[in-house]
Amino acid sequence: MAQPLLQVNDLSKRFGGFIALDGVSLTVETGERLGLIGPNGSGKSTLVNCLCGTLHNEAGTVRFDGVDINGLSAHQRTRLGMARSFQLPRPFGSLSLTDNLRIPLLYSANVRRGAHLSLGDANERCAELLGLVGLDAKARRFPRDLTQVEMRKLELARAMAADPKLLIADEAMAGLSHSEIEDILKLLAQLSDRGITIILIEHIMRAVMSFSQRLVVLVSGKKIADGDPQDVIRDPEVERAYLGQ
Amino acid sequence: MSFPLDLLGNAIVAGLLLGGFYAAVSSGITIAFGILDIVNIAHPAFIILGSYIAYIVNSQLGLDPILVSVVMLPAFYALGAAVYQVYYVSFERRGQEALRGLAFFFGLLFITEVVLILVFGVDYRYVEAVYIGPSLNFGVIGLPLRMLIPCLVSLLLILVLQLYLTRTFIGRAIMAVAQDQEALRLMAVDPIRIKRIAFGVSIATAAMAGAFLIVIQPVEPSVGREYIGRVFAICVMGGMGSLPGTVIAAVLLGVVESFTATFYGPSWAPAVSFGFLLLTLAFRPAGILGR
Amino acid sequence: MRSWVFFLVAVAVGAAVFALSRLVQNDYFFFAGYVVLQYIVLATAWNILGGYCGYVNFGTAALFALGAYSSVAIHKFHPVPIPVLIVVGGLVSAVVGLGIGYLTLRLRGAFFSIATLALAVVIQTLITNWDYVGGSRGAYVLRPAEAPLVGSYIQYLFLIMLALAVLAIAVARLIERSRLGYGFATIRDDEIAAEASGVPTLRLKLIATTLSGAFMGMAGAPLPYYVGYLDPASGFSLAYAVNSIAMPVIGGTTTWIGPLIGAVLLGTLQQWVTVTISSAVNLLIVGLLLVGFVIIAPNGIVGLVRPLFKRDDR
Repeated sequence: MAQPLLQVNDLSKRFGGFIALDGVSLTVETGERLGLIGPNGSGKSTLVNCLCGTLHNEAGTVRFDGVDINGLSAHQRTRLGMARSFQLPRPFGSLSLTDNLRIPLLYSANVRRGAHLSLGDANERCAELLGLVGLDAKARRFPRDLTQVEMRKLELARAMAADPKLLIADEAMAGLSHSEIEDILKLLAQLSDRGITIILIEHIMRAVMSFSQRLVVLVSGKKIADGDPQDVIRDPEVERAYLGQ
Repeated sequence: MSFPLDLLGNAIVAGLLLGGFYAAVSSGITIAFGILDIVNIAHPAFIILGSYIAYIVNSQLGLDPILVSVVMLPAFYALGAAVYQVYYVSFERRGQEALRGLAFFFGLLFITEVVLILVFGVDYRYVEAVYIGPSLNFGVIGLPLRMLIPCLVSLLLILVLQLYLTRTFIGRAIMAVAQDQEALRLMAVDPIRIKRIAFGVSIATAAMAGAFLIVIQPVEPSVGREYIGRVFAICVMGGMGSLPGTVIAAVLLGVVESFTATFYGPSWAPAVSFGFLLLTLAFRPAGILGR
Repeated sequence: MRSWVFFLVAVAVGAAVFALSRLVQNDYFFFAGYVVLQYIVLATAWNILGGYCGYVNFGTAALFALGAYSSVAIHKFHPVPIPVLIVVGGLVSAVVGLGIGYLTLRLRGAFFSIATLALAVVIQTLITNWDYVGGSRGAYVLRPAEAPLVGSYIQYLFLIMLALAVLAIAVARLIERSRLGYGFATIRDDEIAAEASGVPTLRLKLIATTLSGAFMGMAGAPLPYYVGYLDPASGFSLAYAVNSIAMPVIGGTTTWIGPLIGAVLLGTLQQWVTVTISSAVNLLIVGLLLVGFVIIAPNGIVGLVRPLFKRDDR
């Protein structure tokens, strides 16, 4: 059996006296669609940050694509094929939308493939990605001209531009309308069909349930459930965690 | 080799006294940078301004410089509040404080120095007070009053500040604004107003620090530049927003500087604070009392 | 315009400037022009790290003076042609810039800036205590009577600084349009997002610091020959720090044109004010302009003028 794409063992992270992650272990197989849910403050974003290298975990190991990535910086992890979108969009304000997408193309996708995309090819790829998220009309505009929702889409497009093997979507759908959520889900499904592994972190249960093949629940820094979505939501401990909100 | 114990003893004592003074000088940065995250590199300029005001009043009216600085506290507070307002409207609100805020403060630092040169020239100025000159002597150890008095008043100032920050509502709001602005808003407290008050207090401390400075040593416009490295080194070593940490770091720095000055020459003093800053940033950015 | 084409154009412009200047029979023009050209180099150098990456360096004077003092040190040992001194000055300042960057660039930009400020004071202390280069008394460097190529020594210095300015501008523009320039912009905009997009931020920042330092050192290398007498007070003058920040801010920090405009305008203004009023008032004006522009027109002159040109919004 092929090794899992992502293998997290006993990951722990503390901030001063506060334990944000307490020995979290989890595996993700290649091509899987994993949903990650949990109440606010449960450590979901901290987990993402530790996986992606924005934060450093004190204990535990992470293996990505067979490589032990402990100690690797964020940009090195992205180049290995791990991309994420930020919960609060962080666009490059002084660059146009096209240029925003050009960055991961130049610094991640290019580096991994070893080839240098020609200027024309790069422009094409940027246009293609913007089209996928419905922002191609604003290709030459700047992030400040975007609505909150459009910035979310830009976030996602930028993560996709890095040509990842694993895409972590951190609450990309908050505040979106019903049809917009459908759009994003369709997009993620398309990516999944192409073989990209996706971790979807969301509060919108409908989206998570319809998308995920497997569901993981995080509460107070600990993983309390991991399995088939239908089974997980019926788990009494999970119910307690959410009803207790 | 017989170690010059009296020289060593005096160096340490001078260092302790200097440290107390450095604590007052840095307290403003502890508030502005440590708590409010405002990189006010112009702080030494306000201190020198305080020195010169003390000088003017002292030379014209013969009043005690430290008393003058206490009288000047409201004016410096108002100045600080005004500067923060400009800073907030122009930079903080737009998220531009990294490049432009720094350039702004640097400009202020520079303008202050040049104006002082234009008005007062580059000659050293000093004040006269009854405690400048005499020393308390304990055997071979001398305690110059011109250093002892500022040191004691400095520590008093720090104590008052610490009580203010921990025991009063506004003081605690100031500590809180660093951590959670939203929570403050939910308590119907305007975080911008709190920051303005805090920055005003920060600059007010400069008035007194300036008076201490000119009591301890003669002053000329470029003296402020040496202090930039010192105050930030002390603030970082002290753990950023901690006044007790600032005192410990200040005393430590004072002693090492005094030691260096005594045995290697006074011109190496700036190198000491810079070395401390680099070491702290490299090995323990959370400071001595690390958070 | 392709970069090598631009370089050729810039060289041509430089050559034209020099040829035209030779028509002016007044040596003062060359003395003043040297200063303006020097500021073009300093402003452009500062902007590579400050404007493109968003990291403010307050220690321009230190890196500049290190270039100057390397020249003094070598000259005392054995006089050597200026182009060699420029290379050495550039290397020295590049290494120091790299060093300070390596120690502080992993941390916030604010710590880097504070460190550069403190560094300036420390390097000045070191040089002031180094008797070989004259210490606080200063050092005399005799200007040779004859200059290679052009005869008059001051014209030679002018030509050298002109060449440096052309080089600095060409490099700045090359960076701006390259992958490196995009990387720098992301560091300025959002470093965390940059890392997440695969940009090796630390490496890029170190490149910027090294390049910036190198040019500052190169600009300083000919200084001892220009002034004839160099002491720490003038070599480390705060005027260099404030000007290298004010000129890009006033001109515009996002492009190579900004520092050029700022240096030419502000540099010429200063020459005039220093001669007609005083050097202290001159510095005051620079300081006020810096603060004024940073508050009111943060994108500089380029930022004010750009909206006047229709932007392609297709």
